[in-house]
Amino acid sequence: MATVELLFSALPEHVRTARLVAAAVARRAGVDEAVLDEVRLAVGEACSRAVGLHNSQGISSPVRVVLIEDEKKFSIEVADDAPRPAAVAAALARAAAGSAKGSGPGGVAEDIGVDSDDDMGLAVISGLVDDVEVTADESGGLIRMSWPTASTTALP
Amino acid sequence: MDLSLSTETVGDRTVVRVGGEIDVYTAPKLREQLVELVNDGNYHLVVDMEGVDFLDSTGLGVLVGGLKRVRAHEGSLRLVCNQERILKIFRITGLTKVFPIHTSVEDAVQATD
Repeated sequence: MATVELLFSALPEHVRTARLVAAAVARRAGVDEAVLDEVRLAVGEACSRAVGLHNSQGISSPVRVVLIEDEKKFSIEVADDAPRPAAVAAALARAAAGSAKGSGPGGVAEDIGVDSDDDMGLAVISGLVDDVEVTADESGGLIRMSWPTASTTALP
Repeated sequence: MDLSLSTETVGDRTVVRVGGEIDVYTAPKLREQLVELVNDGNYHLVVDMEGVDFLDSTGLGVLVGGLKRVRAHEGSLRLVCNQERILKIFRITGLTKVFPIHTSVEDAVQATD
């Protein structure tokens, strides 16, 4: 298991850097070229969300992105330090889990009742990534996403 | 790549040509442009996204905001986009039902409903 870790100050201009790094590592890990756009978008959404949460709550610590290359999959974890009340955390997890399992014709925006950029970001992530997990508690939030790598998709 | 914006008037429509990446960093620039156009009395907008390399939910939010503003003046906001990777984002968020999406600027400029 190989990892690349990226820490960046919660500034919007650094989100692009995170996207570029994630896409480069994903490509190296063997993620299908056709899926790289999705990786780029999903990690950008997760980082934008983390940056927004840090800024709105005046948190000075950096956003953490961990890119993990396994034998069969490539995973990205985006962690923020914005504390959430337990009820909000549970609602977020439900929304992400529900829409990842398959959304109706109205799309995920309708399913989870999008009413802000933050929710829209989660909607995009859930719509893009099959394997996604959103957790949050009093100490912060974590979005974990993964994609299969070429070595697994090539098998019969 | 940064965001590039240019505007052009075609009949009663204002075409906004967007190029580059629309994300959390650059979206405020697009928001300002749309707000300025509406404040100046341009209520029928066509946003040409053919030069856009990347669009995220922040960009979607700005477009929805623009639509809200023009609708307040009984105006319209049409998009021009043929890029599958950009169209996909509109589809998964259900926004294809909200925005009229055209294949060419000519088509969008002539559209009436």
